[in-house]
Amino acid sequence: MTCLPDKTDKKLGLLIDLNVCVGCHACAVNCKEWNTSSITGPMEDIKPYGDDPSGVWYNRIHSYEFKKEKEADRTVYFPKSCLHCDDAPCVTVCPTGASLKRSEDGIVLVNPDVCIGCKLCSWACPYGAREYDTSAGVMQKCTLCVDKIYDKNIPQERRVPSCVSTCPAGARHFGDFADPKSNVSILAAENDGRDLFSEMKTKPVNKYLPPRKRERHEDRRLTPKVSTVKDALVKWAKLDFSG
Amino acid sequence: MTAKNKTTVKTTTCYMCACRCGINVHLQDGRLRYIEGNPDHPVNKGVLCAKGSAGIMQHYSPARLTTPLKRVGPRGSGEFEEISWEEAMEIATGKLRAVREKDPKRLAFFTGRDQSQALTGWFSAKFGTHNYAAHGGFCSVNMAAAGLYTIGGSFWEFGEPDWHKTKYFMMFGVAEDHDSNPIKKGISTIKLRKGTKYVSVNPVQSGYAAIADEWLGIRPGTDGLFIGAIIAQLLKAEKIDWDFLIRYTNSPWLVIDNPGAANNGLFARDGEGNPLCYDQKFENIKTLQVGKSKPALVGDYKLDDGTKVVPAFYYIIQEFLGEKYDTEEVSKRTGIVAFDIERIAAELAEAAFADEENLNIPWTDSYGNKHKKTVVRPVSFHAMRGIAAHKNGFETCRMLHLLQMLLGAIDRPGSFRYKPPFPRPTPPHKKMAKQAAEPNGSLSLEPLGFPAGPEDLAVDEKGEPTRLDKAFSWEYPLAIHGMMHMVLHNAWAGDPYKIDVLMMYMANMAWNSSMNVGNAVKYMTDKDPETGDYKIPYIIYSDAFYSETVPYADLILPDTTYLERWDAISMLDRPIGTAEAAADSIRQPVVEPDRNVRPFQDVVLDLGARLGLPGMVDDKGEPLYPGGYSDYLTQHERAPGVGPLSGWRGEDGLSHGKGAPNKSQLNKYIENGCFWEFELDEGEQYNRFANKAYLETATKMGWIGAPEPIVLNVYNEMLQKFHLAAEGHGENVPPEHARERIRKYFNPVPTWYPVQEQVDSNSKEYPITALTQRPPHMYHSWGGQNAWLRQITAQNYLYVNSRWAKRRNIGDLDWVWVKSPHGEVKVQAKYMDGLNEGTVWTWNAIGKRRGAWALDENSPEFKKAFLLNHVISENLRTDTGEIRSNSDPVTGQGAWFDTRVKVERAEVQKKGQTSPLLDPVKFYNKFDRPVVMNYGFKKEMPFEQEERSLGTKKKGAK
Repeated sequence: MTCLPDKTDKKLGLLIDLNVCVGCHACAVNCKEWNTSSITGPMEDIKPYGDDPSGVWYNRIHSYEFKKEKEADRTVYFPKSCLHCDDAPCVTVCPTGASLKRSEDGIVLVNPDVCIGCKLCSWACPYGAREYDTSAGVMQKCTLCVDKIYDKNIPQERRVPSCVSTCPAGARHFGDFADPKSNVSILAAENDGRDLFSEMKTKPVNKYLPPRKRERHEDRRLTPKVSTVKDALVKWAKLDFSG
Repeated sequence: MTAKNKTTVKTTTCYMCACRCGINVHLQDGRLRYIEGNPDHPVNKGVLCAKGSAGIMQHYSPARLTTPLKRVGPRGSGEFEEISWEEAMEIATGKLRAVREKDPKRLAFFTGRDQSQALTGWFSAKFGTHNYAAHGGFCSVNMAAAGLYTIGGSFWEFGEPDWHKTKYFMMFGVAEDHDSNPIKKGISTIKLRKGTKYVSVNPVQSGYAAIADEWLGIRPGTDGLFIGAIIAQLLKAEKIDWDFLIRYTNSPWLVIDNPGAANNGLFARDGEGNPLCYDQKFENIKTLQVGKSKPALVGDYKLDDGTKVVPAFYYIIQEFLGEKYDTEEVSKRTGIVAFDIERIAAELAEAAFADEENLNIPWTDSYGNKHKKTVVRPVSFHAMRGIAAHKNGFETCRMLHLLQMLLGAIDRPGSFRYKPPFPRPTPPHKKMAKQAAEPNGSLSLEPLGFPAGPEDLAVDEKGEPTRLDKAFSWEYPLAIHGMMHMVLHNAWAGDPYKIDVLMMYMANMAWNSSMNVGNAVKYMTDKDPETGDYKIPYIIYSDAFYSETVPYADLILPDTTYLERWDAISMLDRPIGTAEAAADSIRQPVVEPDRNVRPFQDVVLDLGARLGLPGMVDDKGEPLYPGGYSDYLTQHERAPGVGPLSGWRGEDGLSHGKGAPNKSQLNKYIENGCFWEFELDEGEQYNRFANKAYLETATKMGWIGAPEPIVLNVYNEMLQKFHLAAEGHGENVPPEHARERIRKYFNPVPTWYPVQEQVDSNSKEYPITALTQRPPHMYHSWGGQNAWLRQITAQNYLYVNSRWAKRRNIGDLDWVWVKSPHGEVKVQAKYMDGLNEGTVWTWNAIGKRRGAWALDENSPEFKKAFLLNHVISENLRTDTGEIRSNSDPVTGQGAWFDTRVKVERAEVQKKGQTSPLLDPVKFYNKFDRPVVMNYGFKKEMPFEQEERSLGTKKKGAK
């Protein structure tokens, strides 16, 4: 099986803010179009014009409704992709070394030249974040757009995963979780950043910001000064309207 | 990267929906590699939604049309002969020339989701027909008309919330793809700022509503009552921006109170036509001088001749302080708890009138008053089809603008802010053609415009409609976007007259764009028993794709995709500015068409030249724009110095706004990322209805005719003129059959009334409102064919409130019948908790007709997905037996969201499929449709960082 690095210099990952995600699928589709032409592409589409169209997506959006006591029903959108875990079971289970975690930045990747398509990693991943490509016979997954974030032909501020640069709601952030001063570390610290399924002990790098407490409904109402047309006509005849 | 797989990047403008975001298109080997948002673009600032990101699949869709087609089988059969462009243009020219020689109005030209209306409307005018419009009539014209006639602007392209300074934001019913990226950016800006509240008023808690701080699941069609109740609360508590009202609105203007007389309800004016007020300081009636007068807002006064007058604001008091908007009563109808209505009003007032630090931005108003500071009013609103697509939509939209005015929350920091070229005068100054031209003539005015009174209507000497769709008639006087949803019916019925040619562009009228698909198809296939010809004799259609409408046309003029064409997002049309800057933009062809297709705009100009239309040929009859639309974009002048594009005008390219044509203009746009932006000085960014500096700039730029202040209409005198006409006053009075409706629905102060379906004899049997909205990742049927997007949604469900459904023994994913008085459709239900209990809803245009869009016959879109349109009708029968268009009585807006249904569990659950299943149209098979598609460009290992390649970091197997 494959070893994980003892430690990674950086922990690059995504911070996903469920408080502002509107479930629009922009991240998923922009990921698809970038990565189908990336180092791990193409991402196949099966029966793209037929019944039950499906394909490889590194990022998928789920939606849920939940209700807390004394709160109104809530709809929550949940984008899900590889969490680039520190203790990635998809890596340790890999019989060929295809599934790997990079020591320099912590990105979990699949080397398609070595992958034998045994799918053990997809069974091992508790998040269902692996995508099997039948055309190539290999496993695919989120690469954090490794071929975008280091590409010096791209302006510095755009060197982020495509799901981040495209998100209209600003719900996705990219950065180094190993650096406590990074944008993602600060956002996570300030807004109760959570691990997904922490009980699985995979130590995911990606963090989610849960829907936050909403602006309070104050028990308040206005004090009427007039209540009928007649009142208003009398009282407002004496008002000075100039500010 | 090696030279072989070198990527080039070109900028252009997206067209995957109507939002017009800037995009960077990455190309490799002449093919599309990646599309991303343009970070510099004023609309989307680098982000891009799911639709825009799926542009590659749209561009390579197997449903693309490939060559002009001539129908050879019966209509609807899909039997076509492929013909050359020359033959197609000869046929089209012949048909159109015959119409123009006989009677130009017998051409109806309706253009759907066209973004070149400045061209297509102008073509119609030159052709001589006023039977022209785009899709606004069945989209959101209530919002546009109410805004333009009330505050000289509206939402979306007219204005936007001040996302960065607002403290309280309320959004009413907006589909999740509307103004897609700016809204998402905006609400997330608000959400990430502490102490700012976002309230969503929407029967459905999805998308934008899902992240609101508070969701109010209102009963559809009652928003006006809710807003009215808030207004009543604010009035009673005197939480009103009185100073704003007396300065910038017509609240203090004196109105003649003379019931029964021809001048009743009109403004009293001095000898020079200026409005009068009762000046409390002088205790006398005086000409209103803003900033100097101390006008009264209540009281009875008498003019010198004894005529009784009252301030306009008196009528606001009359409407809103009665029992109608009592919160308990409103609660019963809206489904919103009375206490919540009162609390929302209190929260709004608190946010609006908190002691905000006013901005140190001095400005001078149009009346000469100098202001040291700019008043901050941080409450803002946004609304769209949710309140507009009702038969009380015009009034509801007006009421929302009234609320804004009462709070002084218009174009202030923190409130709704105009986007230049708005605000514009009310009523807008542009008039429209009242009738078609004589044979071989042209119109001096364009087909669409803005009536300023009964005298401007498009009616004949008997008061009957001159337009085929009856827009601008006494039936729908302010139908400023036309009524495309009535065109097929009226052309079929010959009501008010028959036509010879129907030309359409980008409008799927045989499917999701028509209420009642079965009828739409019948209208296009019925034959006149006497002549044996089709009742709609000839249909020319242009689209890029094989939609459901294509098989019903006689001649198909295949369009390019949006990446193969020139276009202008023009200031003459629906511009893309922001609150801080005017802007327009272009599309440039980033790839060459690989099919025998032409951009429709080139075709329009070519048709115009072949017909010899004025403005399209020179003195010798030669085409004025031989290079097509790109020639037109730089060389055409609508007025001296005013053309489709505002940037880099003048021969030297140094003028902006107005200036001589510039041959290098398009290059300048391309150099600048395909857009032009003209930023306003800070002092010109607020209070623009009366901001002297701004109005002078706007005049200089050609956005308005003169730097006159735009008075906001608390009281709408023009609507009263219609009301008076219905009472028999004046030279232009409605025919008898229209009088009662005009009298009822045209009133100077906004009001709420129930729509027919809420109160008629069917309302008890059909108690549930059925709504549609577009998903955030699709734009009408165009998005549904997309190989990537249809993986997200290939079947739509009928969302039902879970608690409601359980009580009726309807299980999650059960098949149910949705029945209305007009039809029934079998659909699969899905539970949802965050949904008004009296409402069901679904995504629009997921369902497709078998054979269309090059999808396989077993596609879920054909068999499981459905169109709700089957239960909607473009005509309604009233309890008194009258047949009326299912449209707002003022603007003619299609009232999609008034649809009422009942929902019953289907007896047959196994092998569920939708019903009705219309017969298949002929299958379209022009491109390979692989079973497994692997689109993309394989990238080499990552760039110059050899050490980061995949292989070197691999750990060996243990």
